Order: sequence, then C-alpha cells, then structure tokens
Amino acid sequence: MKILVIEDDRQQADYLGKALTETGAVVDQATEGREGLFLAAGNSYDLLIVDRMLPNVDGLTIVRTLRASGNQTPVLVLSALGEVDDRVEGLRAGGDDYLVKPFAFSELQARVEALLRRAQPTDIPETRLRVADLEMDLLTRQVTRAGQVIALQPREFRLLEYLMRHAGQVVTRTMLLEHVWDYHFDPQTNVIDVHISRLRSKLDKGFEQPLLVTVRGAGYMLREPGTDA
Amino acid sequence: MSQPRSAPSGLDHLQDAEETKAQTERRLLTRARRVLASSTFRLALLYVLLLGGSAAILLGFIYWSTAGYMARQTDATIGAEAQGLAEQYRRRGLTGLTALVAERSARSPGGAAIYLLADEDRNPLVGNLDRWPDMEPGPDGWLDFRLRARGDTEHAARAKVFLLRGGLWLLVGRDVRELTATRALILDALTWGLAITAALALLGGWLMSAGVVRRLETINQVAREIMQGDLARRVPSDGSGDDFDQLAGNLNRMLDRIEGLMAGIRQVSDNIAHDLRTPLSRLRTRLELIRGEPPADADRAEIDAAIADAEELLATFNALLRIARIESGNRRDGFAPTDLGPLLADLVELYEPLAADKGQALVLLPAEPLEPGEPAAEPDALRVNGDRDLLFQAIANLVDNAIKYSPDQGRIEIGACREGDRISIQVADTGPGIPPEQRAKVFQRFYRLEGSRTTPGNGLGLSLVQAVAQLHGADIRLDDNQPGLRVTLILPGLRD
Repeated sequence: MKILVIEDDRQQADYLGKALTETGAVVDQATEGREGLFLAAGNSYDLLIVDRMLPNVDGLTIVRTLRASGNQTPVLVLSALGEVDDRVEGLRAGGDDYLVKPFAFSELQARVEALLRRAQPTDIPETRLRVADLEMDLLTRQVTRAGQVIALQPREFRLLEYLMRHAGQVVTRTMLLEHVWDYHFDPQTNVIDVHISRLRSKLDKGFEQPLLVTVRGAGYMLREPGTDA
Repeated sequence: MSQPRSAPSGLDHLQDAEETKAQTERRLLTRARRVLASSTFRLALLYVLLLGGSAAILLGFIYWSTAGYMARQTDATIGAEAQGLAEQYRRRGLTGLTALVAERSARSPGGAAIYLLADEDRNPLVGNLDRWPDMEPGPDGWLDFRLRARGDTEHAARAKVFLLRGGLWLLVGRDVRELTATRALILDALTWGLAITAALALLGGWLMSAGVVRRLETINQVAREIMQGDLARRVPSDGSGDDFDQLAGNLNRMLDRIEGLMAGIRQVSDNIAHDLRTPLSRLRTRLELIRGEPPADADRAEIDAAIADAEELLATFNALLRIARIESGNRRDGFAPTDLGPLLADLVELYEPLAADKGQALVLLPAEPLEPGEPAAEPDALRVNGDRDLLFQAIANLVDNAIKYSPDQGRIEIGACREGDRISIQVADTGPGIPPEQRAKVFQRFYRLEGSRTTPGNGLGLSLVQAVAQLHGADIRLDDNQPGLRVTLILPGLRD
C-alpha cells in the first residue's frame, strides 16, 4: 500500500506519515506543490493525500493536472477551507473525498480505508451482504440475523447497508450523514447516535455478541465478533 | 383556477382569453401606478407647476397692463367729457348744456361717443341715444349696457350717469365694442400662450427629469446588484464631470474601499482558518497519538476530555468562520432549484428519534389546502432557488433548538405552505419561548438567554440561521406559540 502525502505543514505531514506507517502503509511525503506533482506523476501510488493550500502549485491544480493526464489514483483532498462550495470545488477538480482541517486522525483513517477499498474493482454486483450471522438481501430487501428476520425502516436499511459495505472499517458520523442522508451539514447535536442506537437495538438485542460497536472518539464499526477494532 | 387542466374545452379557451385580458389590464394598471410613483413623473409635474405658475402670473400682468390700460383710458375720456359738460352747465345753465349736448351728439351720430339728457322720468330730451338704458347704474354711477346700433347689431357700451340739480339725468358714455374685441383678442392670445407654455413645460420637464432619473436609476441598479453580492459592479461614469458624474466617482471609490476592506477581512479569516486551524489540528493529532499508546487509565480519561475540549473549540470556531463566509454573500454558486418538501421530510426523519428519546412528538404538518375540498398544495409548490445543504442546516438548527428547549413530552410542529410568491416554513415548539424584548438579540453571535447558559450549545445556531436566511433573501419571524416559540422563515418561492 503506497500513499503520497503532499502537505506543506511539516509537522502535520510527519504525524500523518507516522500514523499511516503504523497502519502498514508505505508513505512518501512532499512539502510543496511542484515536488508533489512530480512525485505523483512519476510513481504509482494507491492513494494521494493532498492539501489544498500549497506553495508553488496548489492542491487542486495538482489533482486537475493528474486527472487531465489520465491518472485515476484516488485522491483525498485536505483543506482548511470547509465551506460546502469549497468542498464541491474540490470534488469537481477530481478529488474523491474531501476532509476539512482539523480532522480527527480516525476520520482520516476511516476515509483512507474507504477510498482504498473503493479503488479495488468488484466484478460481480453483489446481491447479498454478510457479516458474521447477519445477512442482507439487496433484492428482496430482507435482513436476517441467525435466520431471524429483522424489520427495518427504509433509512435504517440504507444505514445498515452502508455499514455492511464498510464492515470492519471505522465509519464516522460525518461519513454517515454524507452517504446515508446525503446532506453536508454540521448537526449541533449528535443526531446520528440516536439512529445508531435504534439500529443496534434491532440488530443486537438478544444476541450475546454485539456486531455494531462504537469506536471511541471516531465513529462506529460493524464487525465480526472476536475481531479486534 | 379550479378548472381541471387536463380537459381543454371551449370554455377553457374563453377563460384563458379572459384571464389574459385581465392580466394585461392588471399589468397596465401596475405600470400606470409605477409611472405615477416615479420620480420622472413627479419632477415633470413639479416643473410644469412652477413654469406654468410663473407664466400665468406673467401673462396676467401683461393682460392687466394692456387690456386694463385701455379700459382705464376709456373711463378717463368719459370722465373728462363729463367734466366739460358740467363746466358748461355751471356757467351757462340748462340751455348751455342742452346746446352742447346737441352739438356733440351731432358731431358723433351713432358714433363712438354717447350723450343723453333726460327728464325726471328718464324720457330722452336731447342726445344721440334714442332711449334711456334699462339697466340701473352701479353705486359709483358707472353703467355697462348693450347699445342697439344700426342694422340690429348690439354693441357693448360704458357710461357714467349724473343726476343734475333740477331732477334732470345726464348720461355720458362710449361705445366700447372695439375695446371688448381687443380685450378678447388679447385674452385669447394669452390663454393660448399659457397652454403652449404648459405643454412645452411638460415636454421639457419630462425630458429633463427622465434624464436625471435615468442616471439615478443606473446608480440604483448597480447598488441593487452589489447588495445581491456582486461586489465587483461599478457605477458607469460618463466623464462629464457634472454632479452625477462626481457622485458616481465617489460611489465607486467608496465601493473600491469597501471591497478592499472585505477582501482584507476575507484574507484575515482565511489566514485565521489556516494559521489557527493548523496548530489545533496538530494538538488534536498529538493527543490522539498519545492516546494510542498504553497509558494509565486516568490519563486516558484526561486525554479524552482534552480532545473533547479541542473539538468544542474547533466547532465554535468553524461555525464563526462559516457564518462570516455566508454573510460575505459570495456563496451563490451552490444555488439550484430545491424542493423544500422532501428536504423537510428528510429533516423530520433525521431528528424524529432524537425527539422520541425525550418523549417529544416531532410532527411534519401536511401542507394545508387553500380551500376545503381542493387538493392540497401542488407537488412542487415548495420550490425555491437556494443552497440545499445550507437550507437543511438552517432548518436543522431551528429543529435542534426546538427539541433542546421543549420539555419532555413536548410537541414540535414543522409546517410549510406557499402564500403567493412566498413560501413560509414554521417550526413551533412548546418550550419556554423568547420574551419579545429579546427576540432581536438572539440572532447576535454568542447571545444566549438567561437560563439557557447551562444547556449545551455555542450561541451561534440562530446567527447561522440568519446568515442563511439573508443569503436567500428570506425573512425570519419569531412569535409566541402560546406556549413556546414559533419561528417562521419566509422565502421567495420559485415560479414555474
């Protein structure tokens, strides 16, 4: 797993590099735009993490240049500009995801994992999702756990589907808002928590091993019991 | 119209035609009203009144000094003649007067000068008038009458009547036919003059004020565009250096200055964003990394608290920056036609469990039909031109507040309806409400009501709602829900 981090704040870049290396990735770093573009164009990476505001060549120009030359490496754009239109601009330039500074490392990690997973092509469209004894049939829209049918509201179904597609990964509240509810906004209260706890009571009630767990300071994860977070 | 639109018939066509006609009339009426209210019209009217008034005074003076002069001349001539006759009467008695009247009458048979001496019963004795006029003289002795001349024509005449000692009546006068004709001629000319002056004044006033108003309207138009967020607009200058041109120049310089200041503020806020967020990010990352190492449990709790503090600080700070950027008014890029119906449904669906946790009912009221029996509002009656995420954020903040401040088992109602061109969205709760005198203040940043300081929140939620409302040209109203607060957002709706 090779990741290139283009970030002009050296300390932030070092932390990112260190933290990503700990997760088992090989990390290259660039501290200004021109060098970053040069590295990104000349090597094959699995993921680029690009800051928007960079000396010499700014982050979005790097992404645009790469995309124009046919390079489809997934890009996560980092920025201190957090407005929705900045985000839209970042995604329009060819970024695959956008993260506003400051971010929790767990949020970054969750998104990096999601991007890397997305980059792996899946040939056959899935019709069934399975995590441990939990099964979801995407055609009949039926969910069962250990053979018992679980009745879900449409939104709960989408929430569970997203969690199952990212099983074993940390999924943050912001990711859920963006992908399950499709709104970019900052809730003043953690509305997502309530939805999760409702879903959890439907999934895990009466079972010894919980499938849907809370990851402190980060978000949630749906995982096989016994595996470590 | 309650006619079913799917079945066109002759009646419908007729109705359509009538509708079009009514619309045209309404449009004309609106235009007429606008013209009457316009500065062009008012200035032109003022110009006409001033110029017309001056012309009327001037022409009145001319009339007085020409026609009046002629009348006064006539009166003076009559007076002089009467004086001559009186002199004769005093010197030579009745015989002398009779002889003189006869002589003067003979000199002017049916002519301009009129003389008549009559007895006590006003039977003519001598003179060139065949009978005494029927009219009574005025108290000053002057008498205006009709004079029957040869060929059955009547002329205007003016005379002075004297009662002589011995009971005889003497009348001395003038045929004023020509005077009257001349006077009519002058009056005619002056009236026409006045009418032409008024017409010219109207035309001139219109042209002049239209020019002035057009230049004002140019400035107005630019001001409107700038208020809508296009700060780069400038008032065009015609280079003439006149007052308007100077005004345009000054406005442009003022706008340059404002734009410079705003760019400065934006620069500063971007710098704050970058320079302040970066160390905060580092702090957070550092804390997280420490947390990942195996410390004592007590340290971990402290570190969690520190992360939570940093997060709260950042949330507040992000909200402030966000409001500032929305208020700077350059965010219309994200605008698109947006249907508020599904948006509200999503919102209620998202917040319903939160309310249910407090035992509260969060209800989306169905759009009320305008008249009973009619179908409820048309499917896309709630379409606005706006930023979907910002609108969701704003209404979510209102709903969040409503849930936060309503007591357990309370009720929160969300309603939306279209009233003509406006769409109003209401969020009503059963909380403590806001006292009327504090309603304007709650939109200030960090303002919090007494008694709500202990509830979580940063005092920026309503500031953000207001910023979003302003960006969308919407009004916000806060009312008493008896009990509770009712917030109404009034947005301009999108026409099909």
